[in-house]
Amino acid sequence: MTGVDTGAVRGPTLAMRLGIDRSVAIAFGCILLILAGGAMYSREFLSPDYLLQQLQVGAFLGIIASGAMMVILLGHIDLSIPWVVTLGAMMATAMVGWGGSWGPWICIPFGVFCGAVIGILNGLGVAYLRLPSMIFTLGMNAVVQGLMVLHTGGFAPLDQATPAMHFIAVQRSLFGIPNAVFVWAIVGIFVIYVLKRTAFGRTVYAVGNRESAAYLSGVNTNRVLIGCFAFSGAMAAFAGVLLAGYSNKAYQNMGDAYLLPAIAAVVLGGTNILGGRGNYLGTIAGVILITLLQSILSVMQMPEAGRQVIYGCVIIGMLLIYGRGAKARS
Amino acid sequence: MKTATTGALSNGRYWIAHNSGVLTAVVLFVAMFTLYISNHSAGLTPAVATTAANKAVLLALVAMAQTLPVLTRGLDLSVGMVFVMANCIASVIVVGTVGEGMLGIVAVLLIGALAGFINGAIVVWGRLQPIITTLATGAVYYGISLFVRPGPGGDVQSDIADLLTGQLFNTVPAALVVLLVVVLVVWIPYRRSVLGRAAYAVGSNEQAAYMSGVPVQKAKLLAYTLAGVLASVAGLMLTFNTYSGEASAPIAGTYTLNSIAAVVIGGTSLFGGWGSAIGSIFGAFVLRTIEDLLFVFDLPPLWQPLFQGVVLLLAVSLGAFRILRVRNRLELFS
Repeated sequence: MTGVDTGAVRGPTLAMRLGIDRSVAIAFGCILLILAGGAMYSREFLSPDYLLQQLQVGAFLGIIASGAMMVILLGHIDLSIPWVVTLGAMMATAMVGWGGSWGPWICIPFGVFCGAVIGILNGLGVAYLRLPSMIFTLGMNAVVQGLMVLHTGGFAPLDQATPAMHFIAVQRSLFGIPNAVFVWAIVGIFVIYVLKRTAFGRTVYAVGNRESAAYLSGVNTNRVLIGCFAFSGAMAAFAGVLLAGYSNKAYQNMGDAYLLPAIAAVVLGGTNILGGRGNYLGTIAGVILITLLQSILSVMQMPEAGRQVIYGCVIIGMLLIYGRGAKARS
Repeated sequence: MKTATTGALSNGRYWIAHNSGVLTAVVLFVAMFTLYISNHSAGLTPAVATTAANKAVLLALVAMAQTLPVLTRGLDLSVGMVFVMANCIASVIVVGTVGEGMLGIVAVLLIGALAGFINGAIVVWGRLQPIITTLATGAVYYGISLFVRPGPGGDVQSDIADLLTGQLFNTVPAALVVLLVVVLVVWIPYRRSVLGRAAYAVGSNEQAAYMSGVPVQKAKLLAYTLAGVLASVAGLMLTFNTYSGEASAPIAGTYTLNSIAAVVIGGTSLFGGWGSAIGSIFGAFVLRTIEDLLFVFDLPPLWQPLFQGVVLLLAVSLGAFRILRVRNRLELFS
């Protein structure tokens, strides 16, 4: 809380260096507002236990949103997330059986690898066939769904998650902080490093702003597209692996609940859905915001109907504060 | 604006080139439907046609709804939710006598128009991106559906339902007539109106349209409002088919996503300014016939989702042929 406030007071340089702009500040402000509102309902909302548990649940969404953000920064969108999440979970748990004695060791990388392959296919379609990402990833989602139905034979798969998956997703090893939060932190640091400190990261913003300009400047834009889609697929599958560890098994439709919250989290964090603008700090804020909102509404025993209405209204309301586009004047 | 209606018919080649997307969808549908009928045990009886029509018209109407915002270079991810919301509300208020049922239908259409208008208002005056706006309003409309109908159930005025889902003169499926009426009453006048043509202009180049004095805001508002109306017509037809309402998120999601696919298969550009709702209707018919084909060819059930997915991916990949036509690589970066 203090970090946000002092950053804004000390002047634009520090705030800008930390990546805190108006939208990020407002998003973090809304998080505090929600927590304050929750605290008035019950003191429990401010207990470290509750907050840590929210971070653990949010970590899965955070990892998916990291990948989704890279794609959105390009001005594209990845609608194949739901079944790639399921693909990651199912392939990882199935590998335990297929891999024999190696199974438990390679199951997690294998799940992530499968997701990356789908991501690369998405990237190839968007980059070389020049199809709109919205429709191509949608088709890919249907194909992956078909593959998974074929794989499971239409039944719930019997494969179990390995102890390693369970360890990463559920247990707490350091100061009672859930391991999943550390995993999200590693992913987040990687994304921040790539976006801020590497040439690839700069080209992501360049392609998102104007692909033709980036191309004319000598950027291999197709490589950037494929790289970001591959990352998105890999992260969705990785989150699927963790979710399998969390619930101890993989099941159909396990990724359905993550597509819209992931996109909403990225956009609430100030990333422009048309690409070219946004930073990871905002995505963190968006993920925490969405997770808290969902959790508090369900703790308050708000019926699903009211939850959906409030959820939609909060997104619209927040974006009306800071996400408005320019007027149609030249 | 890329379209011209006058003199188009006098120049056949131009007309074919202009409507190539729609014609591809029509040819694809006729070929697939012929294959389906010739392998169907009963052949083309009124009953078979009515069943096929009742299923296909729902997606066709939702796809028409999706077309209008897409033409303005927007998108409506809430069409499926408006569709389900209309279904739920109709299962509550389209009951009683025929007269009360008609009043209920009008009310449902007005609610659909209001839902679409809210989308349009947020996009136009709130200046938010259509994708994220309709994503959020979709959640709101789904919440309202759940509020109206927490569990599946309800009823509908059976006289109207039987009339609109049965057959006219024992031959023509009534659902197709409903679709035709919607095309004649909504799409054709819209396409010929100033605001309809303005929608194409906005989709082609909003900046240029604005500078030329095109009513950009009104065109967008009307496009989203009509999308809400068309989606609620589809919701009414769903109610007449099932005699009940259900607030189902999977149904809403499937219809939203399939409507986008149908729009693309029907030759409408997702980048706006090009296409027509007629194409989307046939795009929807193609998607529906794929499912029917799987049924008559007796594919193992486990292979059906994969086959369907691959066909969907291939169908939308047809759009990749445009890369063979571009003269300058920079044209690709649109």
